[in-house]
Amino acid sequence: MNERKLRRNQNGVRYAKWGYLFILPFFLAYFIFTFVPQVLTIYNSFFENYREGLKQVGPNFVGFRNYVALFTPDKTGTINILKYAGNTLALWVMGAIPQLVIAMLLAIFFTSYRLHIRGQQFFKTVIYMPNLIMASAFSMLFFTLFSNVGPVNQLLQAWGLSDVPIDFFAYKGTVRGLICLMNFLMWFGNTTILLMAGIMGIDQDLFEAANLDGASSLQVFFKITLPLLMPILIYTIITAMIGGLQMFDVPQVLTNGKGMPDRTSMTLVMYLNNYLGGSKNYGMSGAISVIIFIITGLLSMIVYRSLTKKD
Amino acid sequence: MNNKMPPEARRAQAQLTALRILVYLILIFLSILCLFSFYMLVINASRSNGQLQAGFTLVPGGHFLDNLRNAWTDSSINIPRGMLNSFFVAACTAILTTYFSALTAYGIHAYDFKLKKLAFSFIMAIMVIPTQVSAAGFIQLCYRYGLTNKYWPLVLPGIAAPIVFFYIKQYMESNLPMEIVDAARVDGCGEFRTFNTIILPMLKPALSVQLIFSFVQSWNNYFLPALLLTDANKKTVPIMIAQLRSADYSKFDMGKVYMFILLAILPVVVVYIILSKSIIKGVTAGSVKG
Repeated sequence: MNERKLRRNQNGVRYAKWGYLFILPFFLAYFIFTFVPQVLTIYNSFFENYREGLKQVGPNFVGFRNYVALFTPDKTGTINILKYAGNTLALWVMGAIPQLVIAMLLAIFFTSYRLHIRGQQFFKTVIYMPNLIMASAFSMLFFTLFSNVGPVNQLLQAWGLSDVPIDFFAYKGTVRGLICLMNFLMWFGNTTILLMAGIMGIDQDLFEAANLDGASSLQVFFKITLPLLMPILIYTIITAMIGGLQMFDVPQVLTNGKGMPDRTSMTLVMYLNNYLGGSKNYGMSGAISVIIFIITGLLSMIVYRSLTKKD
Repeated sequence: MNNKMPPEARRAQAQLTALRILVYLILIFLSILCLFSFYMLVINASRSNGQLQAGFTLVPGGHFLDNLRNAWTDSSINIPRGMLNSFFVAACTAILTTYFSALTAYGIHAYDFKLKKLAFSFIMAIMVIPTQVSAAGFIQLCYRYGLTNKYWPLVLPGIAAPIVFFYIKQYMESNLPMEIVDAARVDGCGEFRTFNTIILPMLKPALSVQLIFSFVQSWNNYFLPALLLTDANKKTVPIMIAQLRSADYSKFDMGKVYMFILLAILPVVVVYIILSKSIIKGVTAGSVKG
């Protein structure tokens, strides 16, 4: 051991340069493609800078006026960014809570020695598959399946459940329901596999000891599995939350960017995309980006704090 | 033998069986939920527009090849071109992401230098920042310097991929102890060559999983490409799919629409069916080690 350390020290200077050299491309790429654009985004949020038809307006320094504009009610009295943040939150919660509950249940089923579930590989393969499917194509598929002339409506009519086609895209509940269903299908398999790995990482002796002491399944879950699963649960919740905040492909394609009905399924990133698309409004999109950035930071901090405090 | 069991044990046994049946029912239900939409996709991609209007069925319609031909040669949506473009972007991104993530991970794993800890913490911190929050500035730069409708602004950022880095770093910790690295450093063989010829092959399992994941991620990527690729010849598959949605829907041959969707997801599904076992193993290996 000592000898190795000595050798390392002797060679330290010679080798250190390689360390820097090997990590250089990463940091260079990060600097050019993420850091500079990030700074530029924040900088832009203080400027008026957009295109109106062929006319370019700005860039003119406007201070916090873009932020003020974001939080100013429109003609109907709604503050759009709050509405879209609310939509994003609602869509995320409605998809993520069932996802976490089901994934936790499945993970317990799969790892239970007593239950001894067969065909695990098959089930895991099936439930994980939607995670790899192109979200925009999955969403387009759901749009065609649930359209007025789509198979779901044909089925409902054939079974006599409905005389006229149901317009799934006319109601807040059904549009949001479809988005949540898709998000659920795309992510519950992934979460199940993560939680399974977490449970299998727990020392098996603990479960055996609990069994010998006559602990019930619920006691085992709340006293052993859940506390020891906390680190992975935190990781899962944080990544799910940041993923939820970025929700875009599914609602964008399903509602053709309109977030219908009445923009009740418009998410924050769809809002950002609207300003980036045609008008190239770098001022407003910058301000929205900064807000999303702040929310990301706050959310990960709150969840991390609240979940680690208990110990 | 069953009869000799004490009643409590028998009751527990019955309970367990009931529970097991319930669990299988739940699993079967969820599996059907996952597969149903894809099953309908394949069925409907094999039916003609007339058949699709006529009503619902679970059996194929026999027009699979017609739909395939119609979709493949469609004049407004050039799907073969889109697939080729997507493949090129995704393959380049996957190779760059995986190679440079391994290089970065090795740099931090195998060498001691002053800023090592700081570099590692920094990468961990930027891991949670969504790419969308720097998109506005990125788009602005691309438009200012005429980089729209080019692929490299979509490919090169892949060099800095914190999650892939973290995965490979974790893999190195359990599979590439420093003793092996020391032994691999052949005298007279440069550090860079050691990495390329000796270390990389040892990382094969981790690299192949990450190649697949980054390929799939890039293949499915919609947000940035849609804002940067406006030239019809440069568009990737997700942009074309979204275009289908915004086109006048009622005029479409629906069999063709289903075929477009099927073509968009098929490459990933095929790879997944072949490699599902190692892909599923790869989901966990990097992230879990709390």
